Amino acid sequence: MSQTDLPDQDPVFQLKGSMLAITVLELVHNDLTRLDEQLTVKVAQAPKFFHNTPVVLALDKLPAHEGAPDLADLINVCKRHGLRPLAIRTSRTADSLAAEALELPVLPPSGARERILEPVASIKKEKPEPPPEPAYRPTKVITVPIRSGQQVYAQGGDLIVLAPVSAGAELLADGNIHVYGPMRGRALAGIKGDTNTRIFCRQLVAELVSVAGHYKVSEDLRRDPSWGQPVHISLTGDLLNITRL
Amino acid sequence: MAKVLVVTSGKGGVGKTTTSAALGTGLALRGHKTVIVDFDVGLRNLDLIMGCERRVVYDFVNVINGEATLTQALIKDKRLENLYVLAASQTRDKDALTQEGVGKVIDELAQTFEYVVCDSPAGIEKGAHLAMYFADEAIVVTNPEVSSVRDSDRMLGLLASKSRRAEQGKDPIKERLLLTRYNPERVTKGEMLGVEDVEEILAINLLGVIPESQAVLKASNQGVPVILDDQSDAGQAYSDAVDRLLGKEMPHRFLDVQKKGFLQRLFGGRE
Ligand SMILES: Nc1ncnc2c1ncn2[C@@H]1O[C@H](COP(=O)(O)OP(=O)(O)OP(=O)(O)O)[C@@H](O)[C@H]1O
Ligand SMILES: [Mg+2]
Repeated sequence: MSQTDLPDQDPVFQLKGSMLAITVLELVHNDLTRLDEQLTVKVAQAPKFFHNTPVVLALDKLPAHEGAPDLADLINVCKRHGLRPLAIRTSRTADSLAAEALELPVLPPSGARERILEPVASIKKEKPEPPPEPAYRPTKVITVPIRSGQQVYAQGGDLIVLAPVSAGAELLADGNIHVYGPMRGRALAGIKGDTNTRIFCRQLVAELVSVAGHYKVSEDLRRDPSWGQPVHISLTGDLLNITRL
Repeated sequence: MAKVLVVTSGKGGVGKTTTSAALGTGLALRGHKTVIVDFDVGLRNLDLIMGCERRVVYDFVNVINGEATLTQALIKDKRLENLYVLAASQTRDKDALTQEGVGKVIDELAQTFEYVVCDSPAGIEKGAHLAMYFADEAIVVTNPEVSSVRDSDRMLGLLASKSRRAEQGKDPIKERLLLTRYNPERVTKGEMLGVEDVEEILAINLLGVIPESQAVLKASNQGVPVILDDQSDAGQAYSDAVDRLLGKEMPHRFLDVQKKGFLQRLFGGRE
């Protein structure tokens, strides 16, 4: 190599200021179980949004009396749902120390105003196009048991299951969900936001039911007199109705 | 045509190795040339239960790595003519098994044996996956308690979707439930799930119910598969299970007290 190239002085990097648009996950309560449940519902509504999405975890809005969250657990919950925490935002020493231990950068609390972001399943088009003719989507029919850890998604239509759905299994549909075996897992209908969709089941013993993002977990469902009974589940406004069949 | 059976569970310590030893021995007793393969690399104990631990020279991993031939590694049972054991390695970990290597060994065993019984390690990770991947039939060993049932359910999902049969679009793995360590008293007291409860949740064919029994510990300490103790309840229950595996209709025994339904339990049945 010739001297004139001056390889040692040739810069290999540049520092640039930038305003990155980045999602902030602001924790309002220190309750990882509920965070997990609510993220499940959000992910179901907009799976694409939650795919390796970088986020900053904001802990500065947590009420002091709820204590510091377990940062490692919090990060795990986020990762499980496709979020990739880049840094935390906090003013508390405990949080900063925990972040340091995990080699996670700490940002100072925000003064700036942020806008609330609703993840959307698909990017909205600029020009409103005439609504396309509704295409016929065949219903997805499942005849074998759906076991713990399995997930079935009926995209663009209804889902019918003619077998048991185990605890720990998950059913997703853009349309309605019908289950003719015992329904012990999670069922989320209308996950793209169709509030007219319903869930029908022969035996409601579910861990979670959700219509267009409005959900109930088994703790609430168990108190309902229709627990264990044949029911259909529908939405009026924000209210999830459970009606005996 | 050889049949490849996997004895699996998800949850650990439920009786897979005890079951693999008993069923393998039972099949050999009935004249079927059988090999039992220990997939629990790093924690081998099938050889202890079979009482052949002092004769292990080469193991499964040696065969996969080409350090020994199958003939060198197979250990012939000292009691039964047509029974063999392929031991797991104690010094390696589960990463020593590869899908390709395991496939080759299983296919080679399938040429000379009628039954290949695969004793799966606990969990749903690599070792357990490889143990079930090549199976034709699965024996899902479950204890009558909620966490074991949940793990078995998880395993059933994997059997249905992640096996060679599933990937090649063949008939699915035939699944059967073996309920072990069943304790009638504790079921009556409501401390354990009953047969019907487990059958209802898992919704698969019941191969047998093995009672909780002192005979199992005694047998494993002596290195004799419990099925050879034909005086014991567990030995007899395993014997019935082997007959059912071979297509015989056998009534389920040792269920007397626990045959009660939920309502009877609720309103306090007889003790
Ligand atoms: N029917 C039974 N009655 C009493 N004890 C039993 C019975 N079956 C198994 N055991 C005991 O339970 C323990 C675990 O059994 P075993 O090693 O067969 O389980 P495993 O599923 O192979 O365990 P791992 O997951 O560690 O491989 C042993 O101590 C064994 O003696
Ligand atoms: Mg074992």
